[in-house]
Amino acid sequence: MAVYKRPHSLLDVSMHFCPGCTHGIVHRLVCEVIDEMGIEGDTVGICPVGCSVTSYDYFGVDMIEAAHGRAPAVATGVKRSRPDKFVFTYQGDGDLAAIGTAETVHAATRGENITIIFINNTIYGMTGGQMAPTTLPGQVTQTTPFGRDPLTAGYPVRVCELLSTLTGTAYAERVAADSPAHIAAAKKAIRKGFEVQQNKQGFSIIEVLSTCPTNWGMTPVQAMERLRTEMIPYYPLGVYKDITAEK
Amino acid sequence: MKGNEALAEAAVRAGCKCYFGYPITPQTEISAYMAKRMPRCGGVFLQAESEIAAVNMVYGAAASGVRAMTSSSSPGISLKSEGISYIAGCDLPCVIVNVQRGGPGLGGIQPSQSDYYLATKAAGHGDFFMLVYAPSSVQEMADLASRAFDDADKYRMPAMILSDGLLGQMMEPVSFKDHENPPDNKEWACVGHKNKRPHNVINSLYLKPEELEASNIERFKKYDIVKKELHLAEEYLTEDADIIVTGYGAAARIARSAVNGARAEGIKAGLIRPITLWPFPEQAYAKAADTAKVFLDVEFSMGQMVDDIRLATSCRRPVRFFGRTGGVIPTTAEVLEQIRRIAKEELK
Repeated sequence: MAVYKRPHSLLDVSMHFCPGCTHGIVHRLVCEVIDEMGIEGDTVGICPVGCSVTSYDYFGVDMIEAAHGRAPAVATGVKRSRPDKFVFTYQGDGDLAAIGTAETVHAATRGENITIIFINNTIYGMTGGQMAPTTLPGQVTQTTPFGRDPLTAGYPVRVCELLSTLTGTAYAERVAADSPAHIAAAKKAIRKGFEVQQNKQGFSIIEVLSTCPTNWGMTPVQAMERLRTEMIPYYPLGVYKDITAEK
Repeated sequence: MKGNEALAEAAVRAGCKCYFGYPITPQTEISAYMAKRMPRCGGVFLQAESEIAAVNMVYGAAASGVRAMTSSSSPGISLKSEGISYIAGCDLPCVIVNVQRGGPGLGGIQPSQSDYYLATKAAGHGDFFMLVYAPSSVQEMADLASRAFDDADKYRMPAMILSDGLLGQMMEPVSFKDHENPPDNKEWACVGHKNKRPHNVINSLYLKPEELEASNIERFKKYDIVKKELHLAEEYLTEDADIIVTGYGAAARIARSAVNGARAEGIKAGLIRPITLWPFPEQAYAKAADTAKVFLDVEFSMGQMVDDIRLATSCRRPVRFFGRTGGVIPTTAEVLEQIRRIAKEELK
């Protein structure tokens, strides 16, 4: 009988994440994949600035804290000097798609053989709920108090669609952390990303639609509902690029 | 060889495994040289999308325990400041080369010494310093690059080679010494723990103020050791000198010629050339202040080193300044004229 237990590579500590936040789920999925692939001793992770800034306390692999937005560049430095190691970054939407856009796009452009786990929850969590590049039109945040108006605040960026246009991107998939079925699919996608890296096929990114009940001003249940009814229509789930399926 | 190329070759010989660069005049020869050289010796050359990315790639490579370098010129170094601060905050060794040009802003592309403050006082946010070396010849571009890697590793600090467009572009003979490179097996590096040790974390985040304070205090204890062990200066004709002319890097070459000219006229002038700018070789200045009457600082700037000379001499002697800035190089004749004026007006 299989017993559901903590993955070995997920450290046995309390997490600081808010109730109902899906970071914990995604951390667990990453660690399950690391355990199942048997790569805990050969993996280096890069934490971002944002809610997962202290993820080095949770992931039991060697971890490096990056400056805001710079995780793909730091990952590049690690991977180029240690090409036999698995290197992943774990980044939020502000980190990856605002301040770190150049680092993200160019890591993909180079076909950098790293895996990015991208948490899209349409808001800056750590700083208390400001507009993110992925904030939906009309969404109220601290810095869009009347709802995001694209005329003045621009439009939300669809990262997987953007990166899938780049030749260097080997794998890009958007998943969600809202239901058992979606979570199972998310884990499969994360594993796929690591396998693409294992096979030295290039840049992989798994975008995980996530919730932020605290800064959305919702209960965890309402937040899951918003993810389904508002986020998925704007950010459709699916595989946007998969060079392993081509030919 | 060109100074920039000599530096690059010395870095390779000193075990630099990764070089990350971005084009900017007048340092681009370093990137061009590395692009050819690195693939031939199993090293990594990568042209980054920005200075910011390049220094963060250095951060990643240094965190994984290899010798890594980036190079740029003044405006690009401003962009690297963020990464330098993180590297210092994580106590990682690496080498950053600044082939200075005129500033502020986009400035110009001619040689300058506009970044003394940046290198020695304000390399980024936070309480930290980095090692700063000031080569004065193509040979020293090579020797100090090599030394910077060793010292950076020894003290787990970022090290900067503070050069300028004149030294980077000029050609002189250079010889490369044999260099013993250490194995890259640093126990703190992030290379995967192989399930044999607890996970390593490279981090500069301390959310508890007391912990951050403790880490800063610990780092400054290290700085005290560095200050004791590492302060390099060349002294030339200083023993009986009334006037100490001083300058670093390319400016020191001009200052030396002017000192020779002054001696030929019977003026007792000498030269102190700091080779490390951080730590500043205060000892050489303090000693000279016992006997010399006046100091003349010569720079390709508006006088950024003057305050350090005053501090090193406890303001016991006047410190005069002569500099050209914006890419204008002072001539030997101009400096000699300053020495003559000081001899006439201040040595009576």
